[in-house]
Amino acid sequence: MDSTVVNEHIDHAVEDHAHEHHGNFITNYIFSTDHKIIAKQYLITGIFWAIIGGGMSMIFRLQLGFPEATMEWLRPLLGDWITSTGKLDPEFYLALVTMHGTIMVFFVLTAGLSGTFSNYLIPLQIGARDMASGFMNMLSYWFFFVSSVVMFISIFIETGPASGGWVIYPPLSALPQAISGSGLGMTLWLVSIALFIVSTLLGGINYITTIINLRTKGMSFTKLPLTIWSFFFTATIGLLSFPVLLGAALLLIFDRSFGTSFYLSEIYIAGEALPNMGGSPILFQHLFWFLGHPEVYIVIMPAFGITSEIISTNSRKPIFGYKAMIISLLGITVLSFVVWAHHMFVSGMNPFLGSIFMLLTLIIAIPSAVKVFNYLTTLWKGNIIFTPAMLFSIGLVSFFISGGLTGLFVGNSAVDIQLHDTYFIVAHFHLVMGSAAFFGMIAGVYHWFPKMFGRMMDNKLGYIHFWLSFVGIYMVFFPMHYIGIAGFPRRYYSFTNFDAFSTFVDLNAFVSIAALITFAAQFIFLFNFFYSIYRGKKAPENPWNSNTLEWTTPRNPGHGNWPGEIPTVYRWPYDYSKPGAKEDFIPQNIPFSKTPESNLPHEVKEIEKEKAVEKA
Amino acid sequence: MIGFSIAVGVFIILAILLLIFRLHTLVNVMKESDKKAGGGFNKGNAFLFMVFLIGSFGLLFWYSVKNFHLYQLPIASEHGVTTDRLFWITMWITGIVFIITQVLLFYFSFKYRHDENRRALFFPDNNRLELLWTIVPAIVLTILVVYGLFVWNKVMAPAPKNAEVIEIMGYQFAWRVRYPGKDEVLGTHDYRKIDATNEFGLDFTDRAAYDDFVPRELHLPKGQPVELKIRARDVLHSVFAPHFRLKMDAVPGMPTRFWFIPTKSTAEMREETGNSEFNYEIACTEVCGKGHFSMRLLVVVDEPADYEKWKSEQQPWLSKNPEYMAQVPQDLKELAMIKSQSESTKLN
Repeated sequence: MDSTVVNEHIDHAVEDHAHEHHGNFITNYIFSTDHKIIAKQYLITGIFWAIIGGGMSMIFRLQLGFPEATMEWLRPLLGDWITSTGKLDPEFYLALVTMHGTIMVFFVLTAGLSGTFSNYLIPLQIGARDMASGFMNMLSYWFFFVSSVVMFISIFIETGPASGGWVIYPPLSALPQAISGSGLGMTLWLVSIALFIVSTLLGGINYITTIINLRTKGMSFTKLPLTIWSFFFTATIGLLSFPVLLGAALLLIFDRSFGTSFYLSEIYIAGEALPNMGGSPILFQHLFWFLGHPEVYIVIMPAFGITSEIISTNSRKPIFGYKAMIISLLGITVLSFVVWAHHMFVSGMNPFLGSIFMLLTLIIAIPSAVKVFNYLTTLWKGNIIFTPAMLFSIGLVSFFISGGLTGLFVGNSAVDIQLHDTYFIVAHFHLVMGSAAFFGMIAGVYHWFPKMFGRMMDNKLGYIHFWLSFVGIYMVFFPMHYIGIAGFPRRYYSFTNFDAFSTFVDLNAFVSIAALITFAAQFIFLFNFFYSIYRGKKAPENPWNSNTLEWTTPRNPGHGNWPGEIPTVYRWPYDYSKPGAKEDFIPQNIPFSKTPESNLPHEVKEIEKEKAVEKA
Repeated sequence: MIGFSIAVGVFIILAILLLIFRLHTLVNVMKESDKKAGGGFNKGNAFLFMVFLIGSFGLLFWYSVKNFHLYQLPIASEHGVTTDRLFWITMWITGIVFIITQVLLFYFSFKYRHDENRRALFFPDNNRLELLWTIVPAIVLTILVVYGLFVWNKVMAPAPKNAEVIEIMGYQFAWRVRYPGKDEVLGTHDYRKIDATNEFGLDFTDRAAYDDFVPRELHLPKGQPVELKIRARDVLHSVFAPHFRLKMDAVPGMPTRFWFIPTKSTAEMREETGNSEFNYEIACTEVCGKGHFSMRLLVVVDEPADYEKWKSEQQPWLSKNPEYMAQVPQDLKELAMIKSQSESTKLN
């Protein structure tokens, strides 16, 4: 009821001012409260971070692939992080690994993915004028922006950015004596992440509120596109888990700056015994992973939603098992909170706890398996159009299978003893959440670019981008399984100190070359993206013949999204290739009364309800 | 000058690429290929998926078979045999699922590529299918979980009473090991007593500490249970002995442990691998700072008799560092003198 009041109110506002140009450049494009502009701000910032984070991985891949080569030519960029002998400084290597992880997980795949597509699609797909609170939404972006600035500055300080791994386990992260990155760099990291958490919470509250309250007439929960369902669950996970990270970070700040002993105990370092007693480094790990594990679902679930939408549209087929897809998302959401300690099987935690978490961890494989089989069945007997978005979505499913299955190894505590903290883990999570979520994000950009910018991206460049990325990513991460099974530990600057790790020199070089090619291929995307914003072919209103509401808006939706009344929704979003229908798609805003030729028996009854829906 | 010519070269290449792209766009407008489904390259992409499927599977099997010896490290502990068996069972199960699902994914993509004369099948749900692929994975996972629990509980069970207890301590950036000496009890330690020489912070008010010895390498008896008492002095470390399938974090302020039975002596392993310079090693797998990648500890597995002989040759730490006698309480000085005398010093 409230939602309609708000909508009507805005309806009037839009009608009154429809042709008035108000606001200036700053209110329209910088401190904008329009969800579409905010989404684009998130996207551009995410792309910026992806280049930085990806670039960092290129530097450490050079080190790993070609440990003998001189890095002297990087001195103009890295300065004294190149040692006098022309080598990469080992501490800076750790800083690169740490920042790569932090940037990719938080800034690219959380803010860049959820921030972009939750903001862009929620109002457009549920039929709302804007977010529940445009102002909070704007604050959410600007908190993220400030967080980004702080993190960016930390890269350039003399003692280097945080370098104890993206998981920032104390005592390493608490003691500047232990590693120079734990000085000012770590302080800035904590400040930046604290701001980031505020941003995530502001955004998440908005997403949830908007989805619950501002759905258009007839848009019941059972008619929501799977994208919206996934954003809804993602925001819920974020809202419940991010505050715990804030708590963990706060206690770490106390340990670092105010002499408390939450995480520190019996430490002798740099010729000195510290006074801290009774703290527990394991406590931090529990708190960190209480966010850290749900975080990987925060990263992958929006990608699932996007993929479901794209695969259904381009297979010209309803998504198979709509309800099962929602239930499995719900299952993943709930289970994501009770599996965190599988990151800690060999942390010294009680082995009994390990048994419990192993059981729960392997249960989460069931909803994941259901999703994969449902995707496969959606493709089965489809009529598949390979848009670049579709290619990337298929790529996502492939990565998710490959990376998901290795989860059965590392989720089994007895097997994890050997694999923990080796390259097997690196391969596992880069495929299952890193590359899969990245592909989801790219697929989303290709698919909704015409709505975002009113122009089309170039298809051919999209194909080249896909094939180079898809093959490239497999060539980077698949070989790491072998290296991991052989026991090579992650976060190693070089492997020359150990006889056991003296093999695979050629494979490591191969991985690095594949990584360089894959990274280079992303510039094709960047060119396509920025070129098409200005020079791309003008987009039709519904280029993919899709059913969801965003395609009923004008080519360049203005403030308020629909010039007139918001369309009413009568049917679910997946009426593709319905028997009897003329076209192979029936958008959500077409009433059943207008499609007598294709209505299923139970839908005939819906016609009577239509009048009531319109009046509501 | 070289830099400048590279820059010019890059610029020219980019300019040419841009020109090709423009021409291609114009040709597309003429051919109206954008109006066709999939931009006129739908078949091409479908075909490429099959090429990818066949090519990558070929590469996968070829490499996995050819380099098996490189990634499958020989196993040198009793529990390692069982954890590796579980690993390979999981590999077979997931391998089969991997092949089926990937083949279906790419084959469906190829087979059901767009055709203007065909319509997709309207197939929104089927509860039987959903049930099928909920229950089958659940059963398979139950098998893995039950077997996993069985193995895990066995590996993590308390060490047998007769286990050799050895302490291993990680610090930036090395490992140190300490043996209990003849009394078979490790002396207590206190981190506030650590200094440059007394790296373990041995507490000399405890008489058990007098005969403890600190060798440079970790020696283990073949075929006997060994319990490692693991601790860290400064930041987190993690003991990783790849051949023993052994890993456990070293945590400051919280002792951890791992027990196992070495099954092959260093000499036997040299024979098995055909590498006369083979040595067991312990590495660190929890990031701990600048020297994380260099925390190597040499491990030697001896035949039981050789191990006993080696032990008897070791000098207690206190006898090597007599200045620490000053820390021994007056009434225990004599005991300390006696206990810290090793076999070799007695013989002299």
